[in-house]
Amino acid sequence: MAPKSCALCQNAKAILRRPKTGQQICKDCFFRVFETEVHNTITEAQLFKPGDRVAIGASGGKDSTVLAYVMKTLNERYQYGLSLFLLSIDEGITGYRDNSLETVKRNQQQYDMPLKILSYDELYGWTMDRVVSTIGKKNNCTFCGVFRRQALDRGAASLCVDHIVTGHNADDIAETVLMNIMRGDIARLGRCTAICTQGEDTIRRSKPFKYAYEKEIVMYAYFKKLDYFSTECIYSPDAYRGHARAFLKDLEAARPSAIIDIIHSGEAFEVKDEVRATQKTQQTCKRCGYMSSNDLCKACSLLEGLERGMSTAAISDKGRRKLEAEGPAPNNLRTIPYFRPPTTVTIEVPAASQ
Amino acid sequence: MKLKIEFGGGLELLFLNQRTHLIVIPSTVPQGDKNGQPGQPVDINFLVHWLKDNLLKERPELFIENGTVRPGILVLVNDTDWELEGEGGYQLKEDDEIVFISTLHGG
Ligand SMILES: [Zn+2]
Ligand SMILES: [Zn+2]
Repeated sequence: MAPKSCALCQNAKAILRRPKTGQQICKDCFFRVFETEVHNTITEAQLFKPGDRVAIGASGGKDSTVLAYVMKTLNERYQYGLSLFLLSIDEGITGYRDNSLETVKRNQQQYDMPLKILSYDELYGWTMDRVVSTIGKKNNCTFCGVFRRQALDRGAASLCVDHIVTGHNADDIAETVLMNIMRGDIARLGRCTAICTQGEDTIRRSKPFKYAYEKEIVMYAYFKKLDYFSTECIYSPDAYRGHARAFLKDLEAARPSAIIDIIHSGEAFEVKDEVRATQKTQQTCKRCGYMSSNDLCKACSLLEGLERGMSTAAISDKGRRKLEAEGPAPNNLRTIPYFRPPTTVTIEVPAASQ
Repeated sequence: MKLKIEFGGGLELLFLNQRTHLIVIPSTVPQGDKNGQPGQPVDINFLVHWLKDNLLKERPELFIENGTVRPGILVLVNDTDWELEGEGGYQLKEDDEIVFISTLHGG
């Protein structure tokens, strides 16, 4: 087949077909349009203002590695005026996270960004290896998910950042839309396409790759020769997400625009106020000060269950009743350090910043 | 015919945890081979079956599906997206470099 020339510059040899548009484009045009689209996503949603301190949730995987590289590039090119940090959570999974953290440490050098690593062990006193050896592989993803969410906020608070960005891409979001539809979780469906979320006390989180296809992220990493780590977590064959992902990839193969179409339909769902109101109002955890919809936050409940040898306590109502029947939490129970939301940092911010 | 094969994105774990493989395959489909028309020049779909039969060590379902690579695996032919080269029907040439990258492993 004769080489095709680029649909954008009409000059260089095309190396990639864009899944979003079907356009065949060359390497330089690909880099430019990919970066420019992320920049447009950022400016249209007004994600940042000059002087913001932004933590990139970095796992060493492809998405967060490309995100760190692109954030650095755009911050310099368009003078966002951001201070960027890498924030990694060490779940304590031997053979998985220890290797991916080595990648993040190399990224720290390559991108010249400060890196903060916060481990489950130092925060909760438990590594995931120990959680799994205690409770088995059945509910471990519940523990890991709750622990990670809170660890990211706490890590961000210790860096005094205003904002956490994560590498969630268009495929991830489309997959979550599908999962919420299949589960009938309407309240989540209403929220899952938001580019930026902010709880009452937690730190703003956003997804600059919301409209970036996984294919393009991986191609970008490949052509830029970025250093990333790729292995499935040894404890998490998340079967349900796996099915949704396989289904989405089949849809994409039949019609590449399916991914963006699903995101747009997710955005177009109107969730009635009554449904939205079922989200409980937020308070702070009586034990650790983190935001919570009950007296105890999920992490404190899970940790108490682990410490008292009743790991199902925070997972099922039956388990909770059993725990309560055993009496109140002992005084010497291990708890999570008290959470203090980041204090306002005094940085000179230019007036009229947005 | 000599080819250079590269695996990435976690796919290398299925192939002896080795990223680069130099291989030699027949340049036409051998007699009695069910993975193509005997005597015809070999294409990427033939290569995918050849890799499964000769190099793959575990879990073939993570690599091959319905006679070609599983959706979610990106393929490059001499550093060009295979979607521009005729995908599985691309006819291989001496010294081609074929890259397979999984997009399915964590972000
Ligand atoms: Zn071009
Ligand atoms: Zn708590």
